[in-house]
Amino acid sequence: MTSPAIEAEHLVKKFGDTTAVDDVSFSVPEGSVLGLLGPNGAGKTTTVRMMTTLAKPTSGTARVAGHDVLREPDAVRRSMGLTGQAATVDELLTGRENLRLIGSLYGLSGSYVKSAGADLLERFSLTEAADRTVKTYSGGMRRRLDLAVSLIATPPVLFLDEPTTGLDPRSRVELWEVLRGLVKDGTTLLLTTQYLEEADQLADRIVVIDRGQIIAEGTPLELKDRSGKASLVLTVSRAEDLQTAADMLRQRVSEVHVDEAARQLTAPAEGLRDMTRIAAVFEDSSIELDDLGLKRPSLDDVFLHLTGHRAEEPTETEQEQAS
Amino acid sequence: MTTDTTTRQSASGIARPEIKPTGLLRQSLAITRRNLIHIKRMPEMLMDVTIQPVMFVLLFAYVFGGSIAVKGSPAGYREWLMGGIMGQTIAFASFIVAVGLTADIDKGIVDRMRSLPINPSAVLVGRSISSLLHSSIGILVMSVTGLFVGWRIRGSFAEAVLAYALLLLWGFAMIWIGILVGSAMRSVEAVNGLMFTTMFPITFLANTFAPTDNMPHFLRVIAEWNPISSLVQAVRQLWGNDLPVPADAALPLHHPIITTLIWTVGLTLVMAPLAIRAFAKRTEG
Ligand SMILES: Nc1ncnc2c1ncn2[C@@H]1O[C@H](COP(=O)(O)OP(=O)(O)O)[C@@H](O)[C@H]1O
Ligand SMILES: [Mg+2]
Repeated sequence: MTSPAIEAEHLVKKFGDTTAVDDVSFSVPEGSVLGLLGPNGAGKTTTVRMMTTLAKPTSGTARVAGHDVLREPDAVRRSMGLTGQAATVDELLTGRENLRLIGSLYGLSGSYVKSAGADLLERFSLTEAADRTVKTYSGGMRRRLDLAVSLIATPPVLFLDEPTTGLDPRSRVELWEVLRGLVKDGTTLLLTTQYLEEADQLADRIVVIDRGQIIAEGTPLELKDRSGKASLVLTVSRAEDLQTAADMLRQRVSEVHVDEAARQLTAPAEGLRDMTRIAAVFEDSSIELDDLGLKRPSLDDVFLHLTGHRAEEPTETEQEQAS
Repeated sequence: MTTDTTTRQSASGIARPEIKPTGLLRQSLAITRRNLIHIKRMPEMLMDVTIQPVMFVLLFAYVFGGSIAVKGSPAGYREWLMGGIMGQTIAFASFIVAVGLTADIDKGIVDRMRSLPINPSAVLVGRSISSLLHSSIGILVMSVTGLFVGWRIRGSFAEAVLAYALLLLWGFAMIWIGILVGSAMRSVEAVNGLMFTTMFPITFLANTFAPTDNMPHFLRVIAEWNPISSLVQAVRQLWGNDLPVPADAALPLHHPIITTLIWTVGLTLVMAPLAIRAFAKRTEG
């Protein structure tokens, strides 16, 4: 095994009294994907900024492709591409001009930028829009161009800060496809996200951070197991059937939660197999169902489980800043 | 994949292009070029150095010119006025730098550049070059407009060139103020607000549009010590558009060229470190 492509070593970043990142360490093996998962204000962007030489750690350090961010910032910059949280492509330039600008700043030859740029535009379905100013692009197109620009020098390591935030579901899935392609080609990826599903879809390992600290780490499967099983949600059509249905369910599962107002029953379930088993039971009874579904743990559930607070609750620091 | 000779195989098998270290100059010019494309796409960005000063020339020359006689005639005033408007135009170079820089910081463009293997100063140098070009367009437009309203260069060729050089030098000193303001302000609107409320009074409270002799004593002292006045007086002298300096005028007006040089060097020495520190503080946080 080669040395890790990305390593964070006790990274700390303080802004005045606020500790945005508090002793964060992890490592990402070459060719793999790490998902840095956390709610708004968790410290994801600050962590990425330190690892990409944009911000100086208060203490600790990081290495990218074996280069220390503090001692060899230029070597780090040569080895990585960064797509920031907000699309940082130039609105007044065309797609092609954006690629050309960044390519020439990298010191790539004009002919290389031209051909590699055309390849990237093609790969990201931007060829038709290549000579239009970015102002006319949709959010998804901007994101794709932003990513294309980060790839012009084919960096072995790529940092993506919330790459799909603000995208519609279709663009999100398209972007995931593109990212999978990059990883298949050997790129090491660190991506931050607020969505468990996204981390689940793309990451080999997930680091969950909250209020600047790592609160959990593992494969997507491990994390989901730790944060509670999926649950079965069942809605009966007639309110008077609710208790009967609950009793039927109790004979088959350990625990049933009854929500009378919503005519809803919730019970832990292992997976689809459980669901079809239960569905068959009700099929044979006289109880009519409005809905039967499997609810996987959401980021909220993971958070609630790991931290005891909901993801969207403002953290203490945000409350301080608001007051 | 491209089979360019400048690519090499990486351990993982993808061809990665060779990243050649480039110099500050090439990097700055790439950024300058990008800034100039902005002007090409949004020519209205040039309004501040074209329509606005031309409007000033016409307004002052024909609306106020009648009542401010210089050398006894409105034509004399028009000729005298040109140095003032050029001085004002170049002073606004600071504004142009600040607006551009704040917009780039705000939109994350500066961070994007800083994540590349380039000299971090390239962002500032590129911005400075394009802003100076921007202001130079203004100076050129002013000169042509001036010729139409009767302005003439009456000094020697060398003196005329020196006058333009002084204007550019002044623009260079203004860049640092622009970087300082651009790094400190959080939005383009804030820059606009600050610059309008400071630059207009500063450039008007001088000998730009009216001779200082008739100002109330208190204002006259401020106006004559105002560095803009030295610059404007120097330019007028070199172009042969000046009036005799009254014996009781403040010291700088008696030695405008050397005073202007001292100001530009002094401003640069004081402002450059402050500006660079403000920029670093803003972007490295
Ligand atoms: N430049 C800054 N100055 C002061 N506080 C900051 C700065 N950047 C981030 N923070 C604070 O640090 C914390 C983490 O922010 P951030 O890294 O942006 O979180 P995330 O990207 O996970 O949403 C937040 O409380 C935020 O307000
Ligand atoms: Mg963020």
